[in-house]
Amino acid sequence: MASVELPVLKPGDYGSDQDVRWCPGCGDYSILAQMKKVMATLGWPREKTVFVSGIGCSSRFPYYMNTYGMHSIHGRAPAFATGIKSCRPDLNVFVITGDGDALSIGGNHFMHAVRRNVNLNIVLFNNRIYGLTKGQYSPTSELGKVTKSTPMGSIDNPMSPLSLAIGCEATFVARSIDVHIKHLADTLKRAAEHPGVSFVEVYQNCNVFNDGAYKYATDKAVKADNVIEIEHGKPLIFGKNRDKGIRLNGMHPEVVELGKGITEDDLLFHDEQATQPTLAYLLSRMRYPEFPEPIGVLRCVDAPRYDDLLNEQVAQARAEKGEGDLDKLFNSGDTWTVE
Amino acid sequence: MSTEFESETEQSKTVLQIEEATVRFCGDSGDGMQLAGTQLTNTSALAGNDVATFPDFPAEIRAPRGTLAGVSGFQVHFASTDIFTPGETVDALVAMNPAALKTNVADLKAGGVLIANADAFDKKSLDQAGYAENPLEDDSLASYQMFKVPMTDLTRRAVDGLDLSQKEADRCRNFFAMGLAFWMYGRSLDPTLRFIEAKFKKLPAIAEANRRALTAGRNYGETTDAFVSSYKVDKAKLPAGKYRNMTGNQALAWGLMTAAKLSKKDLFLGSYPITPASDILHELSRYKNFGVRTFQAEDEIAAVCSAIGAAYSGHMALTTSSGPGIALKGEAMGLAVMLELPLLVVDVQRGGPSTGLPTKTEQSDLLQVMFGRNGECPMPVIAARSPADCFEVAIEAWRVAARFMTPVMILSDGYLANGSEPWRIVNFDDLEPISIKHPEGPVEGKPFMAYERDEMLARPWAIPGTPGLMHRVGGLEKQDGTGNVSYDPKNHQHMTDTRAQKVRNVAKLIGDQEVMGEPSGDLLVLSWGGPYGSCRTAVTKLQAEGHKVSHAHLRWLNPFPANLGEILGSFKKVLIPELNMGQLSLLIRNQYMVDAVSLNKVQGKPFHVTEIIEKAKTLLP
Ligand SMILES: Cc1ncc(C[n+]2csc(CCOP(=O)(O)OP(=O)(O)O)c2C)c(N)n1
Ligand code: SF4
Repeated sequence: MASVELPVLKPGDYGSDQDVRWCPGCGDYSILAQMKKVMATLGWPREKTVFVSGIGCSSRFPYYMNTYGMHSIHGRAPAFATGIKSCRPDLNVFVITGDGDALSIGGNHFMHAVRRNVNLNIVLFNNRIYGLTKGQYSPTSELGKVTKSTPMGSIDNPMSPLSLAIGCEATFVARSIDVHIKHLADTLKRAAEHPGVSFVEVYQNCNVFNDGAYKYATDKAVKADNVIEIEHGKPLIFGKNRDKGIRLNGMHPEVVELGKGITEDDLLFHDEQATQPTLAYLLSRMRYPEFPEPIGVLRCVDAPRYDDLLNEQVAQARAEKGEGDLDKLFNSGDTWTVE
Repeated sequence: MSTEFESETEQSKTVLQIEEATVRFCGDSGDGMQLAGTQLTNTSALAGNDVATFPDFPAEIRAPRGTLAGVSGFQVHFASTDIFTPGETVDALVAMNPAALKTNVADLKAGGVLIANADAFDKKSLDQAGYAENPLEDDSLASYQMFKVPMTDLTRRAVDGLDLSQKEADRCRNFFAMGLAFWMYGRSLDPTLRFIEAKFKKLPAIAEANRRALTAGRNYGETTDAFVSSYKVDKAKLPAGKYRNMTGNQALAWGLMTAAKLSKKDLFLGSYPITPASDILHELSRYKNFGVRTFQAEDEIAAVCSAIGAAYSGHMALTTSSGPGIALKGEAMGLAVMLELPLLVVDVQRGGPSTGLPTKTEQSDLLQVMFGRNGECPMPVIAARSPADCFEVAIEAWRVAARFMTPVMILSDGYLANGSEPWRIVNFDDLEPISIKHPEGPVEGKPFMAYERDEMLARPWAIPGTPGLMHRVGGLEKQDGTGNVSYDPKNHQHMTDTRAQKVRNVAKLIGDQEVMGEPSGDLLVLSWGGPYGSCRTAVTKLQAEGHKVSHAHLRWLNPFPANLGEILGSFKKVLIPELNMGQLSLLIRNQYMVDAVSLNKVQGKPFHVTEIIEKAKTLLP
C-alpha cells in the first residue's frame, strides 16, 4: 500500500488571497503571523481547520486564513463553533474574538461554551477598547477611562477575562502578548493541542484608539518588572535581574525580593495542573501596577468534553437500540387499520 | 406491536347511534384533565373514529386550586365522518369543580350532558368560583341533562383497602371520570388499562387504584339508574390504511427525522425551551440512535447560531421556538440568509405580543417571520394546517431549504402543536428521496467559487473537511460568484435582487394552489395554518346550502403559489379568516391589489365554524 505523504506546509500556505485591512501597526497583524506559524507546525490538514469569529476588528481574522472560516455576528461565535464542533468532532475549531465581542454582547455564550468544555480554541484579542466602532470603552477598560462614550471617564468596573474563564471551569487558560512573538506562538500551540476548551487572552495593541494600553507589559525598559512568565513546576520569579518573586502570605500573594533570607523555595510554585482552580484564579487576580501580570498557562487540566460526550451518546444509543428504523417507529404503539 | 380494537363494552341500556360527539373534560390544573382527554382521544381513534382535539390549559403550572384561572380543559371531537375541527359546542361536559363548570358551561349545547363532581361543590369551592348559590341545586342548569356524581366519594371507596393516602386516592378521580365517559360512548377500557400498566409499572398500588377507579366509573354508568342511555359513534370512513394518533409537535419531530433520513443526513437541533415548542425538543432528544443531536442552548440566539454552525458543517440543522424566541433569532437568521445555508426555523406561534398568552393559540407571527429581520432579508415561509400535516410540512420545508440553500421558516401554532388527529402511517420507502450533493473537490484549474449559482440560483454547499474548497463565509456582503467581501454598490443591489429571486424561484418547485370547490364564484375563503379545519368545514356547509363558495388553503406564504393571483381574480369576493388582526390580508392586498375582507380573532381560541359561516354570509349575494 502506498503511503500518503502529507505535504509540508509553511506559514505562507495559511494566508488567504484577501487583503489584510487592519490599521498599519495594529497588534492583530502579529497575532495573525504567529497563528499561521503555529498552524504550519501542528500537522493538521488545512481543510480540517475552521476559524469562527464574531464582529470587531479582530473578527475579520478568518478572512485572512486559508482554511474554512465563518465571520458571524457580534458576540455569538462560541455558539456557532459549538454547533460545528458538536456535529464534526473531526474539525479543529478556533474562535477569534475581541473583548467587546466575547465579554459584552457575547458574555453569555462565552461563559457557556467554556463551562461545557467544548473542544474549541478561543483566542481573545484584548485591546481594552472597541476598535471597529471607533473607540468606545470595553468591559476590560480601566475605571476612569475617557472615551467617546465616557467623556467624564468610565464608571464601569473592569472585568478580568481570565478570572471569568476560570470561574466558568475553563480547563485551559493562558495569556500572552501580541509583540511577545515566541511566547505567543508557544501559547497558541499549547492551546491548540489542549483537548477541551482552551482560552487564550492576548494583550493586543490598538494603536489607533487605545495606543499603549499595555506599554507597561511591552516596553523593554519596564516589562520585566511588570510581567511574570509563569511555568509549570517553576517558582514565580520576575524582574530584570530575576531578583523578585511572588510569595503566598496566607491566602494572599505578595511581592518579595530574593536574597536577605528569602530563597526560591519560599516562593509560590506554579502548578497548572492543580485540580482546584484556586491557584489559577489567584494568579488571574494579579494586576498591574500592584503586581506583575502573569503570562503563560495558568491552568491546564483534563475534563470530559461536551462534543465527545454528545457523540458518545449517539454511538451508545445506536449500539443499544440499533440504527433508528423509521418504519418501526411509525408502527410502534397503538395503531389501527381502516379497510 | 399493532392491535385493533373493537368496542367491547357490553351495553344493557339503550344505545343511541350518533354521527359525532364533542366531549370536554375540565377541572383544576392538577386534576389530570389533559390525561383524561388524551385517553379518550386514543381510545376513540383506536375504535376507528376520526378524532380532533383541543387541549386548553393555563399558563401557570399550578394556579391556586379551585380558582377560575387554574382551570384546565381538554376537548375531544370524534366522529364517524371525516372531521377537521375539535368541535364547536360541547355535547358532554365533565366538570370536576365549580370553577371548571363556571368557565366552561357556556360552550355546552342546550340539552347536552353535564356531569359534575358533586363532592367538589362545597362552600369554599363555590365561593372561589364566585357562585353565591350551588348551581347544581338551583334551576340555573335546567337546560342541560345534569348528572350530579359524587366522584370523590366513589373514587375513595373504589380504592379502599389499597393503603393510599387520601391525596393519592383523590388523584384517581380523573380515571373515574374517564371510566364514566368511556361507558357513555361505548369505549373499550383496554387501551387505558394498558397505559396504566406501562405508566405505573413501578407503583403497583397506584396502578391498581387507577384501574379500580376507571372500572368503577364505567360500572357506575352501567348500573346507576340516572343514566338511561349511552351513545355509539361508528368507525369513520377514512381513506384505507394504517393509522396512529399524533400531535402536531410529534408529527413535526417525526417529519424532521424522516427528512433527515431521506436526505441521508444526521439531524442537529439547537433549541431553548419555550411553550408551546418545547415538545419538539423533548421528542427529538429521544432519538439519538437516529443520528439526532439535540443541543439545549443557553438562549435562543445560541440555539439558532449553533444550528447555523451545524448547517455550515454539513448537517441538516434546525432551531425551534415560539414568537418571543423567534424575535431573538432575527439577526442570526439574517446571517443564514447571507451565508445561503439550508436551515429550518420552526415557530410554534402563541398569543403575543411579548409573553402574551403563552399557552394559547394565535397566528400573529406571520409578519414577524416575513419581515422581522434587518435589511432586505427574504425567507421562504411554510405553514402546517393540521397536527398530522406537520409531518409533511417538515419534509417539504427541508426539500426547499436544501435545494435552494436558504433558511426556511416553518409555522405551526399552539393549537396544532398540542392538538392531535389520526395520521395515516407512511412507508419510508414510498417517500421521495431528497438528493443533496456536496462538491467533492476543486475542478482542475478553476478556483472554487463559493457563490457560483445554478439555474435556481442556489450556491454549492461545500463543507469543511473537503480538500481544496477552503472558503470563508460571513455576514458582510458577498461578491457574487467568488463570495469575497464586497462593498461595490452595484453588487449589493445585484445580490439583494438575487436573494429575492431565489426565494421567488421556490414557487417553481411547490406547484399550483388548489381550490376546494369551483374555480370561480361569489366568494373565496382564503386561509393559512390552523384555521384550515374550521374554514374547510364552513365552506363545505355553505356549498351544501348551494352557495358559490370555494376554499383555498395556503401552505406556502412566501412565495405564494404562481397561480394565486389568477384564483383571487376569479371570485367576486375574498374572505380571509385569521387568528390575528389581518396579517395575511395585508400581504394579499399588497401583492394582488385584491379588496379582501378580513375575519380576525385573537382570543386564544380557534375559530368556530359558525363564525366563518356567519361572516361569509354577509358577503354572499
Ligand atoms: C448586534 C450588534 N451590536 C453592535 C454592533 C456594533 N459593533 C461591532 S464591533 C463592536 C465592538 C467591537 O469591539 P471588540 O470586540 O473589542 O473588537 P475590536 O474591534 O476591538 O477588535 C460593536 C459594538 C454590531 N455589529 N452588532
Ligand atoms: S482600530 Fe485598532 S484594533 Fe482595529 S484595526 Fe485599527 S488598530 Fe487594530
